[in-house]
Amino acid sequence: MNDGRLKAVLRALTGVVLLVVYVPLLLVMVNSFNVDRTFTWPPPRLTLHWWNVAAHSSGARHALLVSVEVALLATAIALTLGTLAGLALRRTRFFGRNVVSLLIILPIALPGIVTGIALNNAFRTMLGLELGFLTIVVAHATFCIVTVFNNVQARLQRLAPSLEQASADLGAGPFTTFRLVTFPMLRSALLAGGLLAFGLSFDEIVVTTFTAGPTEQTLPIWIFQNLFRPNQAPVVNVVAAVLVLLSAIPIYLAQRLSGDVVSGAAGAH
Amino acid sequence: MAAVTTRGLTKDFGEVRAVDDLDLEIADGEFFSMLGPSGSGKTTVLRMVAGFERPTSGSVLLGDQDVTALPPHRRDVNTVFQDYAIFPHMDVITNVEYGLRVKGVDRRDRRRRAEEALSAVRLEGYGRRRPHQLSGGQRQRVALARALVNRPKVLLLDEPLGALDLKLRQEMQLELKQIQRDVGITFVFVTHDQEEALSMSDRVAVFRDGRVEQVATPIELYERPASSFVAGFVGISNRISGETARQLLGTSGDYAVRPERLRVAPAGTSASPGELSLPGKVREVVYLGPTTHAIVELHGGGTLTISRPNTGATAEPPLEAADRLVAVVLHRDSLIALSGGTEETEETA
Repeated sequence: MNDGRLKAVLRALTGVVLLVVYVPLLLVMVNSFNVDRTFTWPPPRLTLHWWNVAAHSSGARHALLVSVEVALLATAIALTLGTLAGLALRRTRFFGRNVVSLLIILPIALPGIVTGIALNNAFRTMLGLELGFLTIVVAHATFCIVTVFNNVQARLQRLAPSLEQASADLGAGPFTTFRLVTFPMLRSALLAGGLLAFGLSFDEIVVTTFTAGPTEQTLPIWIFQNLFRPNQAPVVNVVAAVLVLLSAIPIYLAQRLSGDVVSGAAGAH
Repeated sequence: MAAVTTRGLTKDFGEVRAVDDLDLEIADGEFFSMLGPSGSGKTTVLRMVAGFERPTSGSVLLGDQDVTALPPHRRDVNTVFQDYAIFPHMDVITNVEYGLRVKGVDRRDRRRRAEEALSAVRLEGYGRRRPHQLSGGQRQRVALARALVNRPKVLLLDEPLGALDLKLRQEMQLELKQIQRDVGITFVFVTHDQEEALSMSDRVAVFRDGRVEQVATPIELYERPASSFVAGFVGISNRISGETARQLLGTSGDYAVRPERLRVAPAGTSASPGELSLPGKVREVVYLGPTTHAIVELHGGGTLTISRPNTGATAEPPLEAADRLVAVVLHRDSLIALSGGTEETEETA
């Protein structure tokens, strides 16, 4: 096969893949304006009615709030612990270093249902906790740490050790060195890792199902529960359209900020 | 009083002994070089003085203070790193004033002193540049200014010229020496380049396998190397030893002689008093610009490299013909008797 034809085939394949991913998403968007409750195609008429209903749905609004709060808290925990873990595992060589690194990364690869069941059991039986807001946050933090940890590690590997040594050499103690040299060099990696963590937490449903308990509802769970109720289905479309737009922002920003390191964690969950 | 003293300084990396029971005294205000092939332990010594490596045993003194247990930020020394380690997220002036900033010098004062340091390294007006906008030579100067602004007792330089091209390196050699004279700070300079060490230093320590072979002034080092290793590492030298020495010189022993102390004369030239005349055959002539090297195979065994400056004078016979029979003439005084055993001379790194 010559070069030109190979290129054409690759181009066509790329086109097909993008179509398969984005046409359904576009459909959700269009259907959020569809006048018909059963989403007939093509839409007989367009309306803003469902957007209005969605805006006044207290269930959706509350679920959105819970999701944002959970994602913010899980991200904050991930940023703190992920950074500390990245720093600790850097140049210090100790027995089991690679094992610890693997154990930190593993949660993102584990099937959500396994993590969910395991955490559900541990929270309820071992710790005797009531499932709710707090347990969701802790559960989400377990896999959010991974994105921060990965980004921090990748950045630290590219950081010349002589920079921190130079800082110490010029009279800065360990904390001053972290504040003036290490942290500024990590900042964009932390932002990228944090945005990914936020995104992961925000749309998580499997682990959340097992750790939310009967009272708390995150947005994905709300959507899942309302999807098959005929009255709510159009509103779900609106919420889904909003989510598509909202989640595009952090991923776009994360990619802009750290190009290569993003791919390591995204999409694995 | 010595600016830096090491006593029994030893460093092991796993099974490898990088520095072995080192006793050094570096005088106040001295330009002191540590010269040796890579892996000879010189950088490890520097890092132990700076505090980046903990000695396995022994101690480091700055002045009369034992600093062996102190972390780097509590030692009154500054380092110019091999990769310069300029902070990439700060502009030049912020880099230079870093040491003063962390010591709490107020803003205006530290700005002024940083500007002064920049002009001392001929970088006035570069304060607002970002590090990535600078050339290698300029970064090197920023690193120097950033260290000197703190007025340390001792400045440690870890092969700071290694990344520069030849021309810039020679310029910086002169400049470094000049700056050192101006500020009067003790410089400890690590290099594997013997020419660099000779051209700048008051004294040079030659390292080999974690030990010091010789500490001497550049002239002593070149004229009177203490061992065959030093003779081979510092400059080029011809070795005459064992049976060859007995044949040629009439005495057994281990000798070195510098190529520029040898002279090629017409075959059969007899020796003046105090001189030796060794018959041989020219095997190769190598033109090197300022000098020409002749490699002569001696009838008595062994080969000698003879170096002759290309002065343009026509008095001396031409070297250009190989296979010619000649005599190599040398003065007995130019023979350097070597102690230090019978190790093979190693190639210059």
